[in-house]
Amino acid sequence: MMGQDMTQRTDAPLVELRDIHISFGGIKAVDGVSVDLYPGEVMGLLGHNGAGKSTLIKCLSGAYQADQGEIYIKGEKATIRNPRDARAYNIETIYQTLALADNLDAASNLFLGRELTTRSGMLDDAGMEAETRKIMKTLNPNFKKFKVPVSALSGGQRQSVAIARAVHFNAQILIMDEPTAALGPQETQMVADLIGELKKQGLGIFLIDHDIHAVKQLCDRASVMKNGQLVGTVKVDDVSEDDLLGMIILGKKPAHLAA
Amino acid sequence: MTDIKTNPAPPQDEGGLFSRFLRGTEIDTRLLGMFGALLLIWVGFHIFPGLREFVYSLIGVVFQGQGTWADTGALLNPLTIWDGGVFLTPRNLWNLSVQTSSIGIMATGMVLVIITRNIDLSVGAIVGVTAMIMGLVQVEWLPQFMGIGHPVIWVITAIIGITLGACIGAFHGWLIAYRGIPSFIVTLGGLLIWRGAAFLSASGRTISPVDSTFQLLGGGPYGAVGEMGSWIVGAIACAAILWMLYAGRQSRKNYGFPLRPVWAETFMAAVGCGLVLGAVLLVNAYPWPKGILEQYYARLGQPVPEDAFVSHGFAIPVLIMLSVAIGMTLLMTRTRFGRYVFAIGGNPEAAALSGIDVKWMTLRIFALMGALAGLSGIVASARLNSATNALGMLDELYVIAAAVIGGTSLAGGIGTIYGAILGALVMQSLQTGMVLIGFDSAVQQIVVGGVLVFAVYLDNLYRKKAK
Repeated sequence: MMGQDMTQRTDAPLVELRDIHISFGGIKAVDGVSVDLYPGEVMGLLGHNGAGKSTLIKCLSGAYQADQGEIYIKGEKATIRNPRDARAYNIETIYQTLALADNLDAASNLFLGRELTTRSGMLDDAGMEAETRKIMKTLNPNFKKFKVPVSALSGGQRQSVAIARAVHFNAQILIMDEPTAALGPQETQMVADLIGELKKQGLGIFLIDHDIHAVKQLCDRASVMKNGQLVGTVKVDDVSEDDLLGMIILGKKPAHLAA
Repeated sequence: MTDIKTNPAPPQDEGGLFSRFLRGTEIDTRLLGMFGALLLIWVGFHIFPGLREFVYSLIGVVFQGQGTWADTGALLNPLTIWDGGVFLTPRNLWNLSVQTSSIGIMATGMVLVIITRNIDLSVGAIVGVTAMIMGLVQVEWLPQFMGIGHPVIWVITAIIGITLGACIGAFHGWLIAYRGIPSFIVTLGGLLIWRGAAFLSASGRTISPVDSTFQLLGGGPYGAVGEMGSWIVGAIACAAILWMLYAGRQSRKNYGFPLRPVWAETFMAAVGCGLVLGAVLLVNAYPWPKGILEQYYARLGQPVPEDAFVSHGFAIPVLIMLSVAIGMTLLMTRTRFGRYVFAIGGNPEAAALSGIDVKWMTLRIFALMGALAGLSGIVASARLNSATNALGMLDELYVIAAAVIGGTSLAGGIGTIYGAILGALVMQSLQTGMVLIGFDSAVQQIVVGGVLVFAVYLDNLYRKKAK
């Protein structure tokens, strides 16, 4: 698995997950998986529902803790016990469910857990709204509903709030869990453009997706998981969509890449 | 998310005068509805005795041949009906405000509990146990060291009561958050446990009278700030209202957000200050009764003057409730704590993923609820001038009802402090009103229960329409 040229890069990876094990009540959701991610790289994570890719990545975003295994960030061992720790390492996550508080407006969601305050320690709502307007102007110029709870927004608008929250705070490592699952073609394209843009800025991105086509298009490398185990990590340019499909369904690396 | 540029939304001038008014002032229509309902209840209770007399007279004329049509018709005179009412009098409204305090104080905390999708059934029992412990402290324990009537007794007692409430609440919160027991069960157990503890702590005795300074916290003629004090409170409140409107406008201006029209700002200022000054005039229009006057002047060693008129002014428990309401409103709308309460209510998972420590928050919310129940225990026992083990019985239901009538959603995520206070006022108005017109307690219960269900139904309709 480690053979082949996983990458020619010699610089230190941004993130390394080493031999991660997570089980829930005897079921091994993640069973000894190692993946890594370099700056300016998009790493796809593929697999069936229940293959363990979301679980694996949640121990990086702080939602779960690994039972066993280590996380290295920029070559140093990291301890991530909760989402707050993850944020401290500049790891941001866009969850599949978006993880928005539906009863709060866009600005409150964007700054949730990192509110701006005035000198007296009170919430600076006007400041946060102003900042949100600024962010949205670049991210989604049509976004106008700043005063209403996000439950009143369309799927795409909600998505842009979640994305804005992830990219606004100087993220270096971005985790996107099926970011386009609920989006129309135009909005999907917007996300694709954004990924390209963030890549240029040197972020490392984990992209969890079902859509092999999208992974081929957006990712540099892809790791495929099946039943909690890593099937293999490949450069997407070295494989066809059918090869990827074979890895997902059969759990086998394509013949021409097998060591 | 297309690239088409849109111009800023055109000024919304369409719609009727009323909807333009609402948009300009940004008044919550729900708030207006509650005020309307309250007014309806108040006027209804006020004119009820007069109308009842008319109906009795009518029945007499028609069916029993008693009285004359002319006399019956005269009873329909609006002035007679209005003058016959006892609800909208300074005396009753002053009493109403005092009676609302205890429930109102707790309702502000219940809002937080319910917003975060929990419930606290134990608040009435916490009132009971804290009041009982405070009774023991101030009547049987502290006087041993300090002597009866020492001026710091009430301070120590109050601190012990509030701290005890907070500890009990924190313990409940710990069981709920860190041990995963549903809040319904924990606080249902708490209801029984603390009620029992209240009984045991003084072996079922009633402890009375309480410390004389402590007693002022419950209201009464001496437990009010008087005419001058009320004007000072009113002036401060008006200044605060004007400053808030000004600061809000300044802040919108600084960030270039759309401003409220000037007429709307003026209107808000006028209504706000008008309500405050109206309240001051009202509480100042309720004089001390004759007995208190005699007592007061006897203590001064003077005869009671002919034209003696000493105003009650705002009762201390009412000022406590208003301070709590203002503090809690600031907490909920201006601090991270409040923001997190709403976030947890809206989506607990998202709150946790945003780095909010949901368990710690839950513990703190229940501790706050407990502290408020302790404060309420102070007000309730001071008002009664005694601690009994039945104090606060069924309060939990009135507190929850007040919060829910005030628009707190049991599904979580939605609720306001002012709504809860208004809800408490509605509940108390119903009870007081029914006592005044002589409904017996069985009927009172039926009406209160019916109103609670109906109010929530109306709220559902409103929310559906608002969406």
